Amino acid sequence: MPPAELAAAGTFHAAMDAARRSGTLVVQPRMGFGDTARMRAGLIATRDANAATVGTLTLDSFTRVGDFDAAARAVREGRPLNGYPIVSFAPDVTRTMLDGVCGPDFPVQVRHGSPLPGRIFDALIDAGIDATEGGPISYCLPYSRTPVQRSVAAWKEACRKLAALRERGVEPHLESFGGCMLGQLCPPSLLIAITVLEGLFFLQNGVRSISLSYAQQTSAQQDEEAVTALHRIAARLMPDAAWHVVIYAYMGLYPATEPGALRLVADAARLAVRTGSTRLIVKTAAEAERIPSIAENVTAMEVAAAAAAMTSRGTAPAPTGVEAEALALIHAVLDLNGDVGKALVQAFAQGYLDIPYCMHPDNAGRTRSVISDDGRLEWTRTGSLPIGHLTQPHRSAQLTSTRLLHALSYVKHRYDDLPTPA
Amino acid sequence: MDLRQQSSRNGSPRKVVLSTIPSDAHTWNLLFLQLLLEEHGCAVTNLGACVPVETLVAESVRCRPDLIVLSTVNGHGVHEGLDVARAVRGRRELDGVPLVIGGKIDTAGSRTAADFRPLLDAGFDAVHVGVTAVPDFLALLERLPSVGHDGTGRRAYVDAAR
Repeated sequence: MPPAELAAAGTFHAAMDAARRSGTLVVQPRMGFGDTARMRAGLIATRDANAATVGTLTLDSFTRVGDFDAAARAVREGRPLNGYPIVSFAPDVTRTMLDGVCGPDFPVQVRHGSPLPGRIFDALIDAGIDATEGGPISYCLPYSRTPVQRSVAAWKEACRKLAALRERGVEPHLESFGGCMLGQLCPPSLLIAITVLEGLFFLQNGVRSISLSYAQQTSAQQDEEAVTALHRIAARLMPDAAWHVVIYAYMGLYPATEPGALRLVADAARLAVRTGSTRLIVKTAAEAERIPSIAENVTAMEVAAAAAAMTSRGTAPAPTGVEAEALALIHAVLDLNGDVGKALVQAFAQGYLDIPYCMHPDNAGRTRSVISDDGRLEWTRTGSLPIGHLTQPHRSAQLTSTRLLHALSYVKHRYDDLPTPA
Repeated sequence: MDLRQQSSRNGSPRKVVLSTIPSDAHTWNLLFLQLLLEEHGCAVTNLGACVPVETLVAESVRCRPDLIVLSTVNGHGVHEGLDVARAVRGRRELDGVPLVIGGKIDTAGSRTAADFRPLLDAGFDAVHVGVTAVPDFLALLERLPSVGHDGTGRRAYVDAAR
């Protein structure tokens, strides 16, 4: 339930709050182009798609890693970038690009991937944008070599900057990317724990409108259980915040065929609707190959919206322990320190949080997971995770390149190999 | 396969530095290649995500590898690969060390070696993209000769790549 005193403006916050109340699934692309005209055309196409949509500026990866000179050089030389270099453009350039497109009916969110997001937050605020995403864990461990402690400090400051928008009457929105964590092979309880802990970190640092995420994994049934658990845990731990859940269409190795890719995004939309989630971020049929075109993004959004329209709220599947594991992880971390940021740093140092297959130096690296015969993600090693009393690690053969590739390709194969329905 | 064939002259495992470009955060490709290289008898130094060019060069100078492998899938390989190649080829200590790059290396999904001429010109010995990237890479690995640090290894490797 949102508190009554939330600031009235805040285009993204207001649009998502309205969608949550009306039970509409909002779909959103991962779209980002280095060229302003193409970026604007992409936003207009998103707005005009046959779906309830919000817009995205996905930033290029030079900007994500803080190499603003490289991004600016690419812009100057007219070389293609894999996203929108918001820091390298003057605020007026972005304001002009958004003018007449972005507004209360069509808010825009900046998606980036930076463990040190200060300059990105400055640039988006200067450009009049009030929503972004990430987090001190989800944009640090999987995607950088930045120490967790440094990322936590940077995100603390960034949260405060964003929260200060309220002084101008704007309610800013921040989404945790914690439900992704390497995109695949991370068991759901740990995804839930990280997005909830990042959400609590945002709230503790002054943000009041947040979203929690969950990336579609290998088993529809397990995913439904997990997203149901995420809603229950958020309702319990964040009674005073405005929050919603955003689903990411599968973030791992994507099907290479168009029917396979679109079936996968349709299933993500069904997961979102069945679990009462409010927003879905799509992937396209071109994902496996290259940066998708505007038209491919629109197709993915429309396929997702059509699947959502044919789906209704489901009954929660019988629990298999995902919620209990997630709660054990969350409470063990919160018990480490009253400051959520400090608790997160300590949790990684002690291995209370430990992401399977993550190469970051601050990750303990003592956990492993596997896709079971029935397609669920299961632990094979739990390291120092405080869930030893709740789970019996599965037995598994030694990890080889072939077995890894097989696991990474599990979803791709399942969706590419299905016959196309007539 | 006889792994002993994969080892260098003195019988110690072939040393490989495995890296990506500074802006690339993907790591599944690196984990896969690490396992693959280890299964082929290599000792792998995996530098992980978002490797600065100076880190890659410093680690390579420190390890004196028999091969440097860059794997990238974010579409910026065509830009940053050039920086890496120039930096590696600018270090005398790394003379003759074969340097290869693969993955998805531009935003357009280009597939032919002709598209990547600047990378080869800048000092890469091979560019592997598309569905044949891994088999092509393995074929090169098998033909990679024992490497001292006398430059002969690189020449033979280049021959194998063409």
